[in-house]
Amino acid sequence: MADSIELEVATPERAMVSEQVTDVQVPGQDGYLGILPGHAPLLSLLGAGALSYAAGGARHFLAVQGGLIEVLFGQVRVLANLAERAEDIDIARARADLDQAQKQMYAATTGDASTAALEAVALAQARIAAVEGK
Amino acid sequence: MPSLIDIRRRIRSVKNTQQITKAMKMVSAAKLRRAQDRVIRSRPYGGMLRSVLANVAAAAALDDLAGQNELLARREEHNVLLLVLSADKGLAGAFNTNLIKGAQRFIKERPQASVKLELIGRKGRDFFRKRHAAIAGESIGLANKPAYNDTAAIARRAMDMFRRAEIDAVYIIYNEFKSVATQKLTVSRVLPVELPAAAAGRPGTVDYIFEQSPAAMLDVLLPRYVEMEFFHALIESSAAEHAARMTAMDAATSNAAEMIDKLTLFLNRVRQASITKEIIEVVSGAAAAG
Repeated sequence: MADSIELEVATPERAMVSEQVTDVQVPGQDGYLGILPGHAPLLSLLGAGALSYAAGGARHFLAVQGGLIEVLFGQVRVLANLAERAEDIDIARARADLDQAQKQMYAATTGDASTAALEAVALAQARIAAVEGK
Repeated sequence: MPSLIDIRRRIRSVKNTQQITKAMKMVSAAKLRRAQDRVIRSRPYGGMLRSVLANVAAAAALDDLAGQNELLARREEHNVLLLVLSADKGLAGAFNTNLIKGAQRFIKERPQASVKLELIGRKGRDFFRKRHAAIAGESIGLANKPAYNDTAAIARRAMDMFRRAEIDAVYIIYNEFKSVATQKLTVSRVLPVELPAAAAGRPGTVDYIFEQSPAAMLDVLLPRYVEMEFFHALIESSAAEHAARMTAMDAATSNAAEMIDKLTLFLNRVRQASITKEIIEVVSGAAAAG
Protein backbone atom coordinates (compact mmCIF):
# COMPACT_ATOMS: atom_id res chain seq x y z
CA MET A 1 0.00 0.00 0.00
CA ALA A 2 1.22 3.41 -0.87
CA ASP A 3 2.47 5.43 2.08
CA SER A 4 1.50 8.79 0.71
CA ILE A 5 -1.60 10.39 -0.70
CA GLU A 6 -1.97 13.28 -3.11
CA LEU A 7 -3.58 16.33 -1.55
CA GLU A 8 -5.08 19.10 -3.63
CA VAL A 9 -6.63 22.19 -2.11
CA ALA A 10 -8.12 24.77 -4.45
CA THR A 11 -10.28 27.86 -4.16
CA PRO A 12 -12.13 29.43 -7.09
CA GLU A 13 -9.40 32.02 -7.41
CA ARG A 14 -6.36 29.78 -7.19
CA ALA A 15 -4.89 26.39 -6.35
CA MET A 16 -3.42 26.41 -2.84
CA VAL A 17 -1.82 23.02 -2.32
CA SER A 18 -0.88 20.19 -4.61
CA GLU A 19 1.53 17.75 -3.04
CA GLN A 20 2.15 14.25 -1.70
CA VAL A 21 1.32 14.03 1.98
CA THR A 22 1.33 11.28 4.58
CA ASP A 23 -1.82 12.30 6.42
CA VAL A 24 -4.55 14.96 6.28
CA GLN A 25 -6.90 16.32 8.91
CA VAL A 26 -9.88 18.14 7.45
CA PRO A 27 -12.78 19.87 9.12
CA GLY A 28 -15.88 18.16 7.74
CA GLN A 29 -19.25 19.76 8.27
CA ASP A 30 -20.07 17.23 10.97
CA GLY A 31 -16.64 17.07 12.60
CA TYR A 32 -13.00 16.52 11.79
CA LEU A 33 -11.94 13.74 9.46
CA GLY A 34 -8.51 12.14 9.54
CA ILE A 35 -7.45 10.73 6.20
CA LEU A 36 -4.52 8.38 5.81
CA PRO A 37 -3.20 6.74 2.64
CA GLY A 38 -5.49 3.94 1.53
CA HIS A 39 -8.68 5.62 2.72
CA ALA A 40 -11.85 4.48 0.99
CA PRO A 41 -13.58 6.91 -1.41
CA LEU A 42 -15.57 9.47 0.54
CA LEU A 43 -17.52 12.61 -0.07
CA SER A 44 -18.21 15.18 2.58
CA LEU A 45 -19.10 18.83 2.89
CA LEU A 46 -16.33 21.01 4.24
CA GLY A 47 -16.93 22.94 7.43
CA ALA A 48 -14.92 25.79 8.84
CA GLY A 49 -11.71 25.03 10.67
CA ALA A 50 -8.05 24.25 10.41
CA LEU A 51 -6.96 21.83 7.73
CA SER A 52 -3.58 20.29 8.44
CA TYR A 53 -1.36 17.89 6.61
CA ALA A 54 2.04 16.31 7.09
CA ALA A 55 4.52 16.48 4.27
CA GLY A 56 8.29 16.28 4.27
CA GLY A 57 8.45 15.85 8.04
CA ALA A 58 6.64 19.12 8.76
CA ARG A 59 3.04 19.81 9.58
CA HIS A 60 1.27 22.53 7.60
CA PHE A 61 -1.88 24.38 8.55
CA LEU A 62 -4.54 26.15 6.53
CA ALA A 63 -7.73 27.87 7.56
CA VAL A 64 -10.59 26.73 5.34
CA GLN A 65 -14.27 27.45 5.14
CA GLY A 66 -17.11 25.93 3.19
CA GLY A 67 -16.91 23.61 0.23
CA LEU A 68 -16.37 19.96 -0.41
CA ILE A 69 -13.99 17.12 0.31
CA GLU A 70 -13.58 14.22 -2.08
CA VAL A 71 -11.40 11.26 -1.25
CA LEU A 72 -10.55 8.93 -4.11
CA PHE A 73 -8.02 6.15 -4.25
CA GLY A 74 -4.72 7.85 -3.48
CA GLN A 75 -6.15 11.33 -3.79
CA VAL A 76 -7.76 13.91 -1.52
CA ARG A 77 -9.36 16.91 -3.13
CA VAL A 78 -10.57 19.85 -1.11
CA LEU A 79 -12.66 22.45 -2.88
CA ALA A 80 -12.80 25.33 -0.43
CA ASN A 81 -14.71 28.57 -0.73
CA LEU A 82 -11.91 30.12 1.19
CA ALA A 83 -8.46 28.91 2.15
CA GLU A 84 -5.57 30.72 3.76
CA ARG A 85 -2.16 29.47 4.81
CA ALA A 86 -1.46 29.86 8.51
CA GLU A 87 1.67 31.89 7.67
CA ASP A 88 -0.48 34.48 5.90
CA ILE A 89 -2.98 34.96 8.71
CA ASP A 90 -2.83 38.03 10.90
CA ILE A 91 -3.70 36.58 14.31
CA ALA A 92 -4.38 39.91 15.98
CA ARG A 93 -6.82 40.80 13.27
CA ALA A 94 -8.48 37.39 13.45
CA ARG A 95 -9.05 37.85 17.20
CA ALA A 96 -10.48 41.32 16.64
CA ASP A 97 -12.76 39.90 13.94
CA LEU A 98 -13.88 37.19 16.33
CA ASP A 99 -14.80 39.75 19.02
CA GLN A 100 -16.72 41.85 16.58
CA ALA A 101 -18.49 38.88 15.00
CA GLN A 102 -19.54 37.58 18.41
CA LYS A 103 -21.00 40.95 19.32
CA GLN A 104 -22.88 40.99 16.03
CA MET A 105 -24.10 37.50 16.71
CA TYR A 106 -25.64 38.52 20.04
CA ALA A 107 -27.04 41.72 18.58
CA ALA A 108 -28.51 40.05 15.50
CA THR A 109 -32.26 40.35 15.28
CA THR A 110 -32.98 38.80 11.89
CA GLY A 111 -32.25 35.27 10.78
CA ASP A 112 -30.00 36.42 7.92
CA ALA A 113 -27.93 38.67 10.16
CA SER A 114 -27.36 35.94 12.71
CA THR A 115 -26.40 33.44 10.01
CA ALA A 116 -23.90 35.91 8.61
CA ALA A 117 -22.51 36.61 12.09
CA LEU A 118 -22.24 32.89 12.82
CA GLU A 119 -20.30 32.40 9.62
CA ALA A 120 -17.96 35.24 10.52
CA VAL A 121 -17.41 33.71 13.97
CA ALA A 122 -16.65 30.32 12.41
CA LEU A 123 -14.19 31.87 9.98
CA ALA A 124 -12.36 33.83 12.69
CA GLN A 125 -12.19 30.70 14.83
CA ALA A 126 -10.88 28.72 11.89
CA ARG A 127 -8.11 31.29 11.36
CA ILE A 128 -7.14 31.25 15.00
CA ALA A 129 -7.17 27.45 15.08
CA ALA A 130 -4.94 27.31 12.01
CA VAL A 131 -2.39 29.64 13.56
CA GLU A 132 -2.49 28.04 16.99
CA GLY A 133 -2.21 24.56 15.55
CA LYS A 134 1.49 25.20 15.05
CA MET B 1 -2.24 73.54 -50.91
CA PRO B 2 -1.71 73.35 -47.14
CA SER B 3 1.19 75.29 -45.75
CA LEU B 4 4.31 73.66 -44.36
CA ILE B 5 3.35 74.65 -40.84
CA ASP B 6 -0.05 73.01 -41.17
CA ILE B 7 1.48 69.73 -42.28
CA ARG B 8 4.09 69.81 -39.51
CA ARG B 9 1.35 70.39 -36.97
CA ARG B 10 -0.59 67.49 -38.38
CA ILE B 11 2.43 65.19 -38.12
CA ARG B 12 2.99 66.21 -34.53
CA SER B 13 -0.62 65.49 -33.65
CA VAL B 14 -0.51 62.03 -35.26
CA LYS B 15 2.73 61.33 -33.39
CA ASN B 16 1.06 62.20 -30.13
CA THR B 17 -1.82 59.88 -30.89
CA GLN B 18 0.63 57.16 -31.77
CA GLN B 19 2.34 57.54 -28.43
CA ILE B 20 -0.97 57.17 -26.65
CA THR B 21 -2.00 54.09 -28.59
CA LYS B 22 1.43 52.59 -28.03
CA ALA B 23 1.16 53.16 -24.29
CA MET B 24 -2.35 51.70 -24.23
CA LYS B 25 -1.07 48.66 -26.06
CA MET B 26 1.65 48.14 -23.44
CA VAL B 27 -0.81 48.55 -20.59
CA SER B 28 -3.21 46.07 -22.17
CA ALA B 29 -0.40 43.60 -22.70
CA ALA B 30 0.48 43.75 -19.00
CA LYS B 31 -3.17 43.48 -17.96
CA LEU B 32 -3.71 40.62 -20.37
CA ARG B 33 -0.91 38.67 -18.77
CA ARG B 34 -2.49 39.11 -15.38
CA ALA B 35 -5.94 38.20 -16.69
CA GLN B 36 -4.57 35.07 -18.33
CA ASP B 37 -2.90 34.12 -15.06
CA ARG B 38 -6.24 34.39 -13.34
CA VAL B 39 -7.88 32.11 -15.89
CA ILE B 40 -5.12 29.55 -15.45
CA ARG B 41 -5.20 29.75 -11.65
CA SER B 42 -8.94 29.10 -11.49
CA ARG B 43 -8.68 26.04 -13.73
CA PRO B 44 -7.83 23.43 -11.06
CA TYR B 45 -10.88 24.35 -9.00
CA GLY B 46 -13.14 24.43 -12.05
CA GLY B 47 -11.94 21.05 -13.25
CA MET B 48 -12.20 19.46 -9.82
CA LEU B 49 -15.65 20.89 -9.23
CA ARG B 50 -16.87 19.55 -12.55
CA SER B 51 -15.56 16.04 -11.92
CA VAL B 52 -16.84 15.94 -8.33
CA LEU B 53 -20.24 17.13 -9.51
CA ALA B 54 -20.27 14.44 -12.19
CA ASN B 55 -19.42 11.79 -9.58
CA VAL B 56 -22.01 13.03 -7.11
CA ALA B 57 -24.61 13.28 -9.85
CA ALA B 58 -23.89 9.73 -10.92
CA ALA B 59 -24.20 8.52 -7.34
CA ALA B 60 -27.26 10.66 -6.74
CA ALA B 61 -29.00 9.31 -9.83
CA LEU B 62 -29.99 6.39 -7.59
CA ASP B 63 -31.45 8.82 -5.09
CA ASP B 64 -34.92 10.13 -5.91
CA LEU B 65 -34.65 13.23 -3.73
CA ALA B 66 -31.55 14.51 -5.50
CA GLY B 67 -33.32 14.54 -8.86
CA GLN B 68 -35.73 17.09 -7.45
CA ASN B 69 -33.18 19.82 -6.91
CA GLU B 70 -34.75 23.12 -7.87
CA LEU B 71 -31.77 24.21 -9.94
CA LEU B 72 -32.26 21.25 -12.28
CA ALA B 73 -35.91 22.01 -13.00
CA ARG B 74 -36.65 22.33 -16.69
CA ARG B 75 -39.50 24.61 -17.62
CA GLU B 76 -40.65 26.11 -20.87
CA GLU B 77 -38.63 29.26 -21.44
CA HIS B 78 -41.14 32.08 -21.05
CA ASN B 79 -39.00 34.36 -18.94
CA VAL B 80 -35.31 34.36 -19.66
CA LEU B 81 -32.50 36.18 -17.92
CA LEU B 82 -29.55 37.10 -20.11
CA LEU B 83 -26.28 38.11 -18.51
CA VAL B 84 -24.40 40.48 -20.80
CA LEU B 85 -20.70 40.73 -20.00
CA SER B 86 -19.40 43.83 -21.73
CA ALA B 87 -16.32 45.95 -21.01
CA ASP B 88 -16.28 49.17 -18.99
CA LYS B 89 -14.19 50.93 -21.60
CA GLY B 90 -14.18 51.15 -25.34
CA LEU B 91 -11.24 51.28 -27.75
CA ALA B 92 -11.15 47.52 -27.88
CA GLY B 93 -12.00 46.93 -31.52
CA ALA B 94 -15.25 45.11 -32.10
CA PHE B 95 -15.32 43.65 -28.58
CA ASN B 96 -18.38 45.51 -27.30
CA THR B 97 -20.11 45.86 -30.67
CA ASN B 98 -20.06 42.12 -31.30
CA LEU B 99 -21.32 41.43 -27.83
CA ILE B 100 -24.22 43.87 -28.04
CA LYS B 101 -25.16 42.63 -31.50
CA GLY B 102 -25.08 39.09 -30.17
CA ALA B 103 -27.35 40.04 -27.28
CA GLN B 104 -29.82 41.71 -29.64
CA ARG B 105 -29.81 38.65 -31.86
CA PHE B 106 -30.46 36.49 -28.80
CA ILE B 107 -33.52 38.57 -27.93
CA LYS B 108 -34.79 38.58 -31.51
CA GLU B 109 -34.49 34.80 -31.73
CA ARG B 110 -36.92 34.46 -28.84
CA PRO B 111 -39.95 36.51 -29.81
CA GLN B 112 -42.26 34.40 -27.64
CA ALA B 113 -40.16 34.83 -24.49
CA SER B 114 -39.60 37.95 -22.45
CA VAL B 115 -35.89 38.47 -22.01
CA LYS B 116 -34.58 40.40 -19.04
CA LEU B 117 -31.03 41.66 -19.01
CA GLU B 118 -28.45 41.58 -16.27
CA LEU B 119 -25.81 44.01 -17.45
CA ILE B 120 -22.21 43.86 -16.38
CA GLY B 121 -19.89 46.51 -17.77
CA ARG B 122 -20.52 50.14 -18.62
CA LYS B 123 -20.69 49.77 -22.41
CA GLY B 124 -23.51 47.25 -22.38
CA ARG B 125 -25.36 49.13 -19.69
CA ASP B 126 -25.25 52.45 -21.54
CA PHE B 127 -26.42 50.86 -24.75
CA PHE B 128 -29.40 48.99 -23.34
CA ARG B 129 -30.41 51.76 -21.00
CA LYS B 130 -30.85 54.09 -23.94
CA ARG B 131 -33.03 51.54 -25.67
CA HIS B 132 -35.24 50.94 -22.65
CA ALA B 133 -34.65 47.22 -22.50
CA ALA B 134 -35.97 45.24 -19.52
CA ILE B 135 -33.08 45.43 -17.09
CA ALA B 136 -32.94 43.15 -14.06
CA GLY B 137 -29.70 44.50 -12.66
CA GLU B 138 -26.44 46.17 -13.55
CA SER B 139 -22.92 46.29 -12.18
CA ILE B 140 -19.88 48.22 -13.24
CA GLY B 141 -16.20 47.84 -12.53
CA LEU B 142 -16.29 44.09 -11.95
CA ALA B 143 -14.00 43.10 -14.79
CA ASN B 144 -11.36 45.52 -13.61
CA LYS B 145 -10.58 43.37 -10.62
CA PRO B 146 -12.57 40.16 -10.94
CA ALA B 147 -13.41 38.87 -7.47
CA TYR B 148 -15.24 35.63 -6.91
CA ASN B 149 -17.57 37.10 -4.31
CA ASP B 150 -18.89 39.84 -6.59
CA THR B 151 -19.93 37.43 -9.30
CA ALA B 152 -21.19 34.95 -6.71
CA ALA B 153 -23.61 37.61 -5.43
CA ILE B 154 -25.00 38.11 -8.93
CA ALA B 155 -25.21 34.36 -9.42
CA ARG B 156 -27.10 33.95 -6.14
CA ARG B 157 -29.58 36.63 -7.15
CA ALA B 158 -30.18 34.84 -10.45
CA MET B 159 -30.59 31.52 -8.64
CA ASP B 160 -33.13 33.03 -6.24
CA MET B 161 -35.18 34.33 -9.15
CA PHE B 162 -34.93 30.93 -10.79
CA ARG B 163 -36.06 29.13 -7.65
CA ARG B 164 -39.05 31.44 -7.31
CA ALA B 165 -39.85 30.59 -10.95
CA GLU B 166 -39.68 34.25 -11.92
CA ILE B 167 -37.34 33.15 -14.66
CA ASP B 168 -37.19 29.83 -16.47
CA ALA B 169 -33.64 29.95 -17.79
CA VAL B 170 -30.43 31.92 -17.41
CA TYR B 171 -27.97 32.45 -20.23
CA ILE B 172 -24.62 34.21 -20.29
CA ILE B 173 -23.29 35.99 -23.36
CA TYR B 174 -19.61 36.84 -23.31
CA ASN B 175 -16.44 36.97 -25.34
CA GLU B 176 -14.41 33.87 -24.75
CA PHE B 177 -10.65 34.20 -24.84
CA LYS B 178 -9.45 31.94 -27.65
CA SER B 179 -6.08 33.50 -28.33
CA VAL B 180 -4.57 36.97 -28.28
CA ALA B 181 -5.86 37.57 -31.80
CA THR B 182 -9.30 35.97 -31.54
CA GLN B 183 -12.23 36.23 -29.21
CA LYS B 184 -15.20 33.97 -29.64
CA LEU B 185 -18.66 35.21 -28.82
CA THR B 186 -20.21 32.55 -26.64
CA VAL B 187 -23.75 32.06 -25.41
CA SER B 188 -24.10 29.44 -22.73
CA ARG B 189 -26.97 28.31 -20.56
CA VAL B 190 -26.19 28.14 -16.85
CA LEU B 191 -29.65 27.47 -15.48
CA PRO B 192 -31.22 24.97 -15.36
CA VAL B 193 -27.93 23.23 -14.66
CA GLU B 194 -26.79 20.65 -17.16
CA LEU B 195 -25.03 18.00 -15.11
CA PRO B 196 -21.59 17.25 -16.56
CA ALA B 197 -21.09 13.68 -17.69
CA ALA B 198 -18.57 11.60 -15.78
CA ALA B 199 -15.08 12.13 -17.15
CA ALA B 200 -13.82 9.43 -19.44
CA GLY B 201 -11.31 7.03 -17.94
CA ARG B 202 -12.74 7.43 -14.47
CA PRO B 203 -15.25 5.09 -12.95
CA GLY B 204 -18.71 6.54 -13.49
CA THR B 205 -19.97 5.53 -10.10
CA VAL B 206 -17.38 5.30 -7.39
CA ASP B 207 -18.74 3.58 -4.34
CA TYR B 208 -18.43 6.56 -2.04
CA ILE B 209 -18.96 6.82 1.66
CA PHE B 210 -21.36 9.75 1.90
CA GLU B 211 -20.92 11.85 5.01
CA GLN B 212 -24.02 13.73 4.01
CA SER B 213 -26.74 12.49 1.67
CA PRO B 214 -26.24 12.98 -2.08
CA ALA B 215 -29.24 15.31 -2.09
CA ALA B 216 -27.67 17.51 0.58
CA MET B 217 -24.43 17.50 -1.37
CA LEU B 218 -26.15 18.62 -4.55
CA ASP B 219 -27.79 21.43 -2.58
CA VAL B 220 -24.33 22.79 -1.87
CA LEU B 221 -22.58 21.76 -5.06
CA LEU B 222 -25.01 23.06 -7.65
CA PRO B 223 -25.00 26.68 -6.45
CA ARG B 224 -21.21 26.55 -6.29
CA TYR B 225 -21.15 25.25 -9.82
CA VAL B 226 -23.40 28.04 -11.07
CA GLU B 227 -21.32 30.66 -9.24
CA MET B 228 -18.19 29.22 -10.79
CA GLU B 229 -19.73 29.41 -14.28
CA PHE B 230 -20.44 33.11 -13.71
CA PHE B 231 -16.92 33.73 -12.40
CA HIS B 232 -15.38 31.76 -15.22
CA ALA B 233 -17.27 33.82 -17.81
CA LEU B 234 -16.12 37.03 -16.14
CA ILE B 235 -12.43 36.18 -16.09
CA GLU B 236 -12.56 34.84 -19.64
CA SER B 237 -14.26 38.02 -20.76
CA SER B 238 -11.72 40.17 -18.95
CA ALA B 239 -8.83 38.35 -20.65
CA ALA B 240 -10.59 38.67 -23.99
CA GLU B 241 -11.15 42.39 -23.44
CA HIS B 242 -7.48 43.10 -22.82
CA ALA B 243 -6.49 40.94 -25.79
CA ALA B 244 -8.96 42.78 -28.02
CA ARG B 245 -7.72 46.17 -26.84
CA MET B 246 -4.12 45.16 -27.33
CA THR B 247 -4.77 44.04 -30.90
CA ALA B 248 -6.81 47.17 -31.66
CA MET B 249 -4.14 49.46 -30.22
CA ASP B 250 -1.40 47.63 -32.09
CA ALA B 251 -3.29 48.19 -35.33
CA ALA B 252 -3.85 51.85 -34.42
CA THR B 253 -0.15 52.33 -33.70
CA SER B 254 0.90 50.90 -37.05
CA ASN B 255 -1.79 52.94 -38.83
CA ALA B 256 -0.40 56.05 -37.19
CA ALA B 257 3.11 55.11 -38.33
CA GLU B 258 1.83 54.70 -41.87
CA MET B 259 0.09 58.07 -41.72
CA ILE B 260 3.24 59.77 -40.41
CA ASP B 261 5.21 58.30 -43.33
CA LYS B 262 2.66 59.56 -45.84
CA LEU B 263 2.52 63.02 -44.27
CA THR B 264 6.29 63.28 -44.13
CA LEU B 265 6.51 62.41 -47.81
CA PHE B 266 3.86 65.02 -48.57
CA LEU B 267 5.68 67.58 -46.42
CA ASN B 268 8.91 67.00 -48.32
CA ARG B 269 7.12 67.31 -51.62
CA VAL B 270 5.48 70.60 -50.63
CA ARG B 271 8.76 71.95 -49.33
CA GLN B 272 10.56 70.93 -52.55
CA ALA B 273 7.80 72.54 -54.63
CA SER B 274 8.19 75.84 -52.81
CA ILE B 275 11.97 75.76 -53.20
CA THR B 276 11.63 75.03 -56.92
CA LYS B 277 9.15 77.87 -57.23
CA GLU B 278 11.54 80.29 -55.52
CA ILE B 279 14.44 79.25 -57.81
CA ILE B 280 12.25 79.74 -60.90
CA GLU B 281 11.33 83.19 -59.64
CA VAL B 282 14.99 84.11 -59.09
CA VAL B 283 16.06 82.68 -62.44
CA SER B 284 13.25 84.27 -64.42
CA GLY B 285 13.81 87.58 -62.59
CA ALA B 286 17.52 87.46 -63.53
CA ALA B 287 16.65 86.57 -67.11
CA ALA B 288 14.26 89.52 -67.36
CA ALA B 289 16.85 91.89 -65.92
CA GLY B 290 19.64 90.54 -68.14
